Amino acid sequence: MIGAGTVLAQVAGGTGIVEYLTIFVLAAFVGIEVVSKVPSILHTPLMSGSNAIHGIVLVGALSIMGDAHGTAQLILGFLAVFLATLNVVGGFVVTDRMLEMFKAKPNERAVAQTNTAQTSEAKDTGEQA
Amino acid sequence: MTTAVTVPLATVRDLVYLLAIAGFILALKGLGSPRFARRGNQLGAAAALLAVAMTFTLPTLRHSGKNLVLALIAMVLGAIVAVPVARMVKMTAMPQLVAIFNGVGGGAAALISIIELLHLHSMGEKPAVYVTAEVLLGVLIGSVSFSGSAIAFVKLQELITGRPITYPGQQVINALVGVAIGALLVVALVTGNIAFVFVILGLALVLGLIFVLPIGGADVPVLISLLNSFTGLAVAASGFVLDNNLLIVAGTLVGASGIILTRLMSSAMGRSLPNILFSAFGAVITATGGEAGDASRSVRTGNAEDVGVLLAYARKVVIIPGYGLAAAQAQHTVRELADALTAKGVDVSYAIHPVAGRMPGHMNVLLAEANVPYDELEEMDEANAEMSTTDVALVVGANDTVNPAAHTTPGSPIYGMPIINADEAQNIIFLKRSMRPGFAGIDNELLYNSKTTMLFGDAKDTLQKLVAAVADA
Repeated sequence: MIGAGTVLAQVAGGTGIVEYLTIFVLAAFVGIEVVSKVPSILHTPLMSGSNAIHGIVLVGALSIMGDAHGTAQLILGFLAVFLATLNVVGGFVVTDRMLEMFKAKPNERAVAQTNTAQTSEAKDTGEQA
Repeated sequence: MTTAVTVPLATVRDLVYLLAIAGFILALKGLGSPRFARRGNQLGAAAALLAVAMTFTLPTLRHSGKNLVLALIAMVLGAIVAVPVARMVKMTAMPQLVAIFNGVGGGAAALISIIELLHLHSMGEKPAVYVTAEVLLGVLIGSVSFSGSAIAFVKLQELITGRPITYPGQQVINALVGVAIGALLVVALVTGNIAFVFVILGLALVLGLIFVLPIGGADVPVLISLLNSFTGLAVAASGFVLDNNLLIVAGTLVGASGIILTRLMSSAMGRSLPNILFSAFGAVITATGGEAGDASRSVRTGNAEDVGVLLAYARKVVIIPGYGLAAAQAQHTVRELADALTAKGVDVSYAIHPVAGRMPGHMNVLLAEANVPYDELEEMDEANAEMSTTDVALVVGANDTVNPAAHTTPGSPIYGMPIINADEAQNIIFLKRSMRPGFAGIDNELLYNSKTTMLFGDAKDTLQKLVAAVADA
């Protein structure tokens, strides 16, 4: 029991670890709050979009690449950067492609476009005047 | 130095990372409505780009020429592979693509932890216990996510059977591997010996594999969403290892989102998460599935002309699509039918079950691809509220998601699953290839209902005939 207690103390005793845990817990609540408002119609883009967001592990891969010494670490680092790039680039591109397809009813779109057209016309006239 | 105030570069970098965090939260928030979703995602992409660019200001990366060049080459290669794949993949193959992108993210997170450990070791430092703990978590979760996603990909791509794969003593073996990893984690933490980390890495890869094998068929969407959550948590663990807030927040956001989706999916299937993960659903039933297509009972088979007339003179038609629609690549034809009906003054909408398709929300994407406006896509509860005033429910390639056994047969594997109540409509039209049961492998009473008319054949062919019949009606 003492052993386990010591380990726990050492685990928690690291510099900044409590701050990081705080951020972790708060981020979890933000994530739950934001994601529970996503309608089921957008669940596939949600999955691929959140998939893209964890691709930011690329930042980690790059920063570890800066510290890498020796062949083994360089090879692993190269691999990590490559995999993370696949994740972040592919994730955002495919999500954009999907979301581009989600369109409102044509008549509503037409109305919206006419409105913008009118506004820009009005602006043009205004400028001319 | 001519500027009056100098801010350390590291602080600027952290501030840019904070900006990226805000961008990611807004990206997820944008997904709250189809109208803002695309802009949100673009904002997220811009945030990621900014954060990655800023990372190149790290002195360690800037001042080591070889490492910098290697990193750039790896990024260029990654982009060269990822962009065409992401642009060209078929929408029906989206689950595989998400699985593979998810797997590589998990792999990257695991590698980061391993390199950090090697780095500390080569510096002759004995890492503090909390560092070892972070590294171990990153390796464990990242590797499980990597190998699990890889197997999910292979299953979804149908390189191996999509059905659950079971063998004797499976659960005992899985449990033993899990316990072995748990024990090794404790040993590695106490001794700080890095050799154990590599044993854990190997076992974690095995665990991901054997964990996913028995999960198949309609349960795979839940699995993908769970693996997505794992990768998020692995990335958060990398953030702890590297003292990087951006990774902690981004990873945790995704971890939370995956867990929420997983819960929504399992409740949409009326089953608990442990049941989905550990019960090898569908495997046993296939074995006894011989009785499912009971030949002695008769169904009413109609022809496209009559059904076309019925549809054309209906007030309200609800289309209930299932994966069969996507498999037949008929999403464009179904929209043609809807357009033809709308032109005749029929009120047409689509009722989408949350687990229709092969990943959460998949059917909506497939229909959006066919230019169906999103305002015509109704969620299950909405559709059910209007079902009793619906003249025709047109079921295209769906089966289990309209099976009334979910309400009426307590012994049924799908009992308790929320379904679209097609049986409440005045008429039910089933477009089906054969009498074969769906993923759950059980018979559907609705096929024998007196209000039901069957149209057998390829969904696309049948729909084309219906379009013609409606035009003539």
